[in-house]
Amino acid sequence: MNARPGLWLIVSRSLRQHALSTAVTACSVAMAAGLVMAVFAIKSQTYDAFTGGSNGFDAVLGARGSQLQLVLNTVFHLETSPGNIPWSMYQAIAQDDGVALAVPYAVGDNYQGFRIVGTTPDLFEKFPGEGGIRVESGGRFFTADAREAVVGSVVAQRTGLTTGATVNPYHGLIFDENKRHEDEYTVVGVLEATNSPLDRIVWIPIEGVYRMSGHVLRGTGRNFRPEAGQAIPEEHREVSAVMLKLKDPQAGIYLDQTINRQGTRATLAWPIGRSMADLFDKIGWVNRVLELVAYLVVLVAAGTILSSLYNTMNERRREFAILRSLGARKSTVFSAIVAEATAIAGLGALLGYVVYAGILGIAFLIVRAQTGVVLDVFKADPVLWMTPIAMIVVGALSGLVPAFKAYRTDVASNLVPAS
Amino acid sequence: MSDTAGGPVLRIEQLKKSFLAPDGERTAVIDVPAFALAPAEQVALRGQSGSGKTTLLNLIAGILDADAGRIFVDGRDMAALPEGARDAWRARTIGYVFQTFNLLQGYTALENVMLGMMFGRGADAAHATALLERVGLSSRLHHRPRQLSVGQQQRVAVARALANHPRLVLADEPTGNLDPRHAAEALELIRTVCREQQAALLLVSHDPGVLARFERVEDLAVVNLAADVAPMPPLAAVGQA
Repeated sequence: MNARPGLWLIVSRSLRQHALSTAVTACSVAMAAGLVMAVFAIKSQTYDAFTGGSNGFDAVLGARGSQLQLVLNTVFHLETSPGNIPWSMYQAIAQDDGVALAVPYAVGDNYQGFRIVGTTPDLFEKFPGEGGIRVESGGRFFTADAREAVVGSVVAQRTGLTTGATVNPYHGLIFDENKRHEDEYTVVGVLEATNSPLDRIVWIPIEGVYRMSGHVLRGTGRNFRPEAGQAIPEEHREVSAVMLKLKDPQAGIYLDQTINRQGTRATLAWPIGRSMADLFDKIGWVNRVLELVAYLVVLVAAGTILSSLYNTMNERRREFAILRSLGARKSTVFSAIVAEATAIAGLGALLGYVVYAGILGIAFLIVRAQTGVVLDVFKADPVLWMTPIAMIVVGALSGLVPAFKAYRTDVASNLVPAS
Repeated sequence: MSDTAGGPVLRIEQLKKSFLAPDGERTAVIDVPAFALAPAEQVALRGQSGSGKTTLLNLIAGILDADAGRIFVDGRDMAALPEGARDAWRARTIGYVFQTFNLLQGYTALENVMLGMMFGRGADAAHATALLERVGLSSRLHHRPRQLSVGQQQRVAVARALANHPRLVLADEPTGNLDPRHAAEALELIRTVCREQQAALLLVSHDPGVLARFERVEDLAVVNLAADVAPMPPLAAVGQA
């Protein structure tokens, strides 16, 4: 006897006969599978993106305060700056034996909500991140003493800025059209997309931040406004932070010791990823709640499979009796129901990839819009194959109860049509 | 392949079956001391409602368990076989035509026939198609039961019953749902196809028109000692009434 083709015929015909119920149940499974995959993938990808998104820098030096705030402000360009440090501190750390590259940042202005960061050409010329940093053809990086700007790819895309356009900075980190600076900067280049927060920045020479109309330098504790053409004494200069590329991890240990443990004036965030990892640890309970919700959705999907099949058992008793009268074994009928539940779960799990792609797509857009961090929707993750398999197993288990009911169908009493 | 080696294709010995009544009493419905059917023989069992005809057919098919006795189908005692083996033996040796046809609604005519084969000697699309053509449904192979007339549904049921080259075909009031013209055609078809395939036929009916076409007609009220009905009058008398 070869009952396997019969099994497939029974399952496929039943799925077709109960197409609406099959579709609704498969969609429910798809939602559950997609949600579980998305929750775990987003969790994993955001963790990787935020803990590994330092663009090649190892540490950040900033004002005394929170390391997390310092990292968020300088690496992800979120949050406010914890304060300024004197130019001399930048010079000192730049000359430290353990430091390979030191790039100063000065923040405080925006253009249509996108942050303006004053820095030195070193950022572009010695950028330590993978692949370096490049400007689109027809453009170039700014020169240190000119009123020139280089804009990130997202800024260019959103604002329409192109090479040759001019921008007027607005004071503060939040766009207020009443706080427009009169200084005009010419865009000399648009950066190629880095898929990082750098894409959301308008870069200008740090000198421009110091000379911006309305800006007051307080490096000495007294207000100082440089006149046009007047050299700015170094003691008046301040920076928001210094991005550091270290020569080796020992340098990080040494600087951490001297700046964070023995010093009182500044904070060193090192390694950058650890600060973000600490943040993820602190909000780990949110992930656990999301995981719990995802597991509950899986349970609901399993219940949906069970109830949708179980509810058809009464109307299908005659079908089972007929099959038995044709010679189908009890185990064949039992297997057919379990196979049907498995097929629905499998179909749902496949559709789950569509739901997953949809959720990841939305998350991609939101995270990119808010932080510039790009999630890799197509990144291989074990959850992407474990979840469908788990859903199929759960589906098969859900089929056991209705299958047992079908197994127990009395043949003789169900061969006559129910009146 | 037959296991009877010339013996009867169906042999019943001391078969008993009872059911538990709602009042807790056990009621005997089948008590057949002996009954036999030779290979390719065609026998009609006539019985009124309550004579236990469907129960007897279900016992022969192994769908119901007997309380006592033995039922040899093609040489095997159905009552002694484990359930799984009995299912397999039923699929291979018995064809069953029901009064209500019992076609599976989600399946085409061809699939209904092939499904029966899958549990028996294996699916054979060519044989299933040939059978449906034989019963005059060559243009209805891919129609579902609800797309067929009652008479056509009955033909599909006949084709399905014969799909596994059974040694025994059981027919329970096969013409009960048909009008007289279609009933006569269906009966002739069942008898002819069984004869062509050398299958024995055990048909139960209370329709004198059907019974009159059989050479051997047994009264269930006589065969089944537990039948709760009186023997029916002779066929000729019925015909004259």
